[in-house]
Amino acid sequence: MTDQVLYAQLLYGGSGIILVLLGLWSFLVHAALLRKLIAINLMGAGVFHILVAIAYRGIDTPPDPVPHALVLTGIVVAVSATALALAFGKRLDQVDD
Amino acid sequence: MIRPLEHILIPLGLLAVGGLLGWSFFLAVTGDAGERLAPIALARVPDSGVSNPVTSVLLNFRAYDTLLEFAVLLAALLGIWSLGSSGTGFQPAASVLDGMVAGFVPLLILSAGYMLWVGAYAPGGAFQAGALLGSAGVMLALAGHRNAGLPSEGRLRILVGLGVFVCALTGLLLMLFGDGFLTYPAGFAKWLILTIETAATLAIGATLAAAYLGGRPAAHPTTGETA
Amino acid sequence: MNALLTVFDLLLTLTLLGLALVTVTSREPRRAVILFIAFGLLLALVWARLRAPDLALAEAAIGAGLSGALMLAAARRASGRRTSPAEGSDAEDAP
Repeated sequence: MTDQVLYAQLLYGGSGIILVLLGLWSFLVHAALLRKLIAINLMGAGVFHILVAIAYRGIDTPPDPVPHALVLTGIVVAVSATALALAFGKRLDQVDD
Repeated sequence: MIRPLEHILIPLGLLAVGGLLGWSFFLAVTGDAGERLAPIALARVPDSGVSNPVTSVLLNFRAYDTLLEFAVLLAALLGIWSLGSSGTGFQPAASVLDGMVAGFVPLLILSAGYMLWVGAYAPGGAFQAGALLGSAGVMLALAGHRNAGLPSEGRLRILVGLGVFVCALTGLLLMLFGDGFLTYPAGFAKWLILTIETAATLAIGATLAAAYLGGRPAAHPTTGETA
Repeated sequence: MNALLTVFDLLLTLTLLGLALVTVTSREPRRAVILFIAFGLLLALVWARLRAPDLALAEAAIGAGLSGALMLAAARRASGRRTSPAEGSDAEDAP
């Protein structure tokens, strides 16, 4: 594995870790449901970003398809979880009123 | 004023989590992990019936995962439906937006079909195609169609269950007459994958559009009664 | 080795992290959601750079588009609640 590939993996993987931490911090600190949801989605995006960085094999080598399939599954699960959480939030608002 | 939880404990915890993640990621990238899955998967792609590596992993090598994912989507939609009926929806759109939506929705459906077909050998596939169908539904909902273009509840139930049903049925039939659960016989793989993907596209599109409505669909205007 | 690509990588990463930071720190719900959509689209661009076009398509359509549409509807409800009831009535769900 060349230095260029390792550098790209570390750069993008490192930014993925920062995204996870940013999301975790926002999730812990903010109380509003929507901000917590955005924070969780950001954490998920960070995890996907790490997986995509691990799968990267250089600009002209085909990447590892297995993490890609995992991320594709994850994106769809994340959106369905978001929709369910928003439906819960809407119901909670109705109960509060 | 310093609040101990917010200003000391959380940053320390985050630092620890970040250090651990960074350390393990660095080891994973630089260390020699022995034999990886990638070469095995890439070598077997020609046998999988499709030439796009991601589609072949998703629908052939790891088809179990994908079946369970259809089930997750279905479970999320059932959760949303159990929380009550959808709201009253949006006001009917004025003529400009209505005209734009009338032009865009057929285009979206057309490109969903293209995306489904092209997924066999180029970027695309059931999930992207389903997302396009779902966004067509979202567009209709935003323009004031109360049911986002979805059919009445009885047919909608069949539609959202289609992905799990077709995938599980194919797997069970292959288990009875073939090599095992979702192990495609050589030669039929392409068509079996396309069948599952078509059903999955319809199911994903309907599920996403129904999830956007945020509740059980209101009674259909033409039939007038739903359970 | 490839200086231009390195600069491009750095630029992409810095923009991505900057967008994520302003997304989590913005107080106004609608603003946060719109920034999140922009973040998702930029993430799709980064994944296209990392040779994952399948994921870029899915993220642009699902992660940015559909999640964004879902959250915008929720943000509309949230900001309608935050303003005074008399003023916020037009921001509630339409009749």
